[in-house]
Amino acid sequence: METLVFGLLNGVSYGLLLFMLSSGLTLIFSMMGVLNFAHASFYMLGAYFAFTISGSSSFWVALFIAPVLVGLVGAVVERYGLRKVHPNGHVAELLFTFGLAYLIEEVVKIVYGKTAVDYRIPELLNFSAFQVYGASFPAYRLFIIVIAVGMLIGLWFLLKRTRAGLIIQAALTHPHMVGHLGHNVPLIFMMVFGIGCALAGLAGVMAGNIFVTDPAMAVQMGPIVFVVVVVGGIGSLEGAFVASLVIGLLQNLAVGINASFADIFGFLGLTEMSEVGSINISSLAPVLPFLLLVLILIFRPQGLMGEKEL
Amino acid sequence: MSFKKTAILAAATSAIAMSAANADTIKMAFIDPLSGPFGPSGEAAYTSYLLAAEHINANGGINGDMIEVTGYDNKVNPKESLVQLQKAIDDGARYIMQGNGSSVAAALIDAVDKYNKRNPGDEVLFFNYAAVTPAFTNELCSFWHFRFDAHADMKMAAITDWIKTQDDIKSVYLIGQDYVFGQAVAAAAEGQLTEKRPDIEIVGNELHPLGKVKDFTPYIQKIISSGADAVITGNWGADMQLLTKAAAENGSDVPYLTFYGGSKGAVSSLGENGIGLLHQVTEGITNLEASDEQYALIEEYKERFPDYDYYYHRVWNVMDMFKKAAEEAGSTDPIPVAKALEGLSIEHAYGTATMRAEDHQIQQPLFISVVSDDVKYGVDNIDLGWKLVDNGTIAMDVAEQPTTCEMERPE
Repeated sequence: METLVFGLLNGVSYGLLLFMLSSGLTLIFSMMGVLNFAHASFYMLGAYFAFTISGSSSFWVALFIAPVLVGLVGAVVERYGLRKVHPNGHVAELLFTFGLAYLIEEVVKIVYGKTAVDYRIPELLNFSAFQVYGASFPAYRLFIIVIAVGMLIGLWFLLKRTRAGLIIQAALTHPHMVGHLGHNVPLIFMMVFGIGCALAGLAGVMAGNIFVTDPAMAVQMGPIVFVVVVVGGIGSLEGAFVASLVIGLLQNLAVGINASFADIFGFLGLTEMSEVGSINISSLAPVLPFLLLVLILIFRPQGLMGEKEL
Repeated sequence: MSFKKTAILAAATSAIAMSAANADTIKMAFIDPLSGPFGPSGEAAYTSYLLAAEHINANGGINGDMIEVTGYDNKVNPKESLVQLQKAIDDGARYIMQGNGSSVAAALIDAVDKYNKRNPGDEVLFFNYAAVTPAFTNELCSFWHFRFDAHADMKMAAITDWIKTQDDIKSVYLIGQDYVFGQAVAAAAEGQLTEKRPDIEIVGNELHPLGKVKDFTPYIQKIISSGADAVITGNWGADMQLLTKAAAENGSDVPYLTFYGGSKGAVSSLGENGIGLLHQVTEGITNLEASDEQYALIEEYKERFPDYDYYYHRVWNVMDMFKKAAEEAGSTDPIPVAKALEGLSIEHAYGTATMRAEDHQIQQPLFISVVSDDVKYGVDNIDLGWKLVDNGTIAMDVAEQPTTCEMERPE
């Protein structure tokens, strides 16, 4: 029971972080038609910017400024990079984002060094929010949940309830028609890319201090974000939301399971002594998202809520 | 911050290079992580080697020759380490230092063995200062390998002897990194606990991926819900720091008995919560009674490398023993040095250290220490530091463990 409660709490906070990252990626995918390989790099930039800003002023300033800065970097990348590459087709765009990811990583290494920086949780939130079964739940994780839910509502409101959101949605599916109606489609794309990157940056600000802020964080987060987007259905925000939570819960709950394969498949004659039987479910936790990815691609290629197939 | 660090490193190396201009140079290669999650572990040791070499050079070097230590970044990857080993040998290094990661050490022992077999007269020695899988000085022992750190069974014996005196510990949780070292620690803990305290229940035995876990919260919550009275871990580097970070966040308040609680950042991420709980087993701590020279050294290290603390005392042991062996042998060639190292003893700041001839495993007193706010030297740039626990000194002969090594020696 304890493990279940903790698994749920942590799974939800991790899942919401994943959603912050993948929502931007899935929006950008709808727009460009290709996956942005550099997306997790913007997440890393968010964490590093927040580290610098919170060092010279405070975390609360960083919370607002860092995502905006990341969004601006994203907008510049779209305006002067991707837009120039776009006429050359999807492969060129894909390679561009691929190269960009490496570029950002190297720049970060040069500026901040090759090892992790000491980016900390603000003192104000460094206490335990409540106690369950003898373990305390950190206030900062509660804060993550609050911010993520706030972002979720804000994004939903922007896209579904405002005129700007209407135009964005239209531009994503029918760019030419929206252009003919007199809207500046390239500007809309730049904004969408910027907002997507800013969301990734926000995730970096929130996650950089509970995980580790180092040059490898983009490479480590990247694959998981792709899994979320593909499992959720490429281009579907709702799908990304569900997939983020599913993956967050899956990883956290799996770690909490003590059983080994032998315990589960013991009736088939599998014993603790055999190599397969001695595998613990908890040690499989890092693999599970990718297992899910493979299964989804086999049985439901369009993803949980996606419309188009890959 | 890191610019400054690099500048200091560059200045240190160039100073060595300059003073070495007149005499012969003894090239020593430091092959360990200098980037990534274990970068700080590597860099803390690398800076220790640089300073130790600098001091030896300033006092006239070894038999008049100057030491030059060069760092090679292996990213804790055995394959990458072999590439770096070749590079180091090509650069003229005859002495290899490595310590972070038994997986890497195993690959290096094997590679050095093969290299020496194929290149007689051009041998290379491997000074292992921290890879502590017991096998390296038992069934896998090699003449070319010297270990300057107590191995996992020795450190575990210290921990389990201490647990034996703690009657309120009734259950223990084992958590470690999923590779040869973590498995060795878990096996040692299980074996020794059943022998010394059969009443203790091992309520968890968990291995997690090495250097991959960014958030230990689920593991910590498993520990808390298991109701364990103590946790034993061999984690090091980022895996140690993140484990304590999650422990602090989730309010885990049982003793943590560690090999490497001294890893950078572990004490500061626990903060006040660590007082009286976070323990480590080492060959020395800065807050032991020592000579003024030793205090001066600790302070000099901190001043030169403010990001790190004087932690790798054994690095000084490596260099001092190397110096003494080379002087006794009257040569800096690997084979005479290796033969002189066998059975060699030095007096270091915290006791005597002897290189046991039969398996090349250092024998020395060990110390169990705990985080305290009443210390001379803090770590991680805060006021908390390591303090010896009551009866925390383990004499050399008590720490000693038998070996099964059958070594093949060159003529």
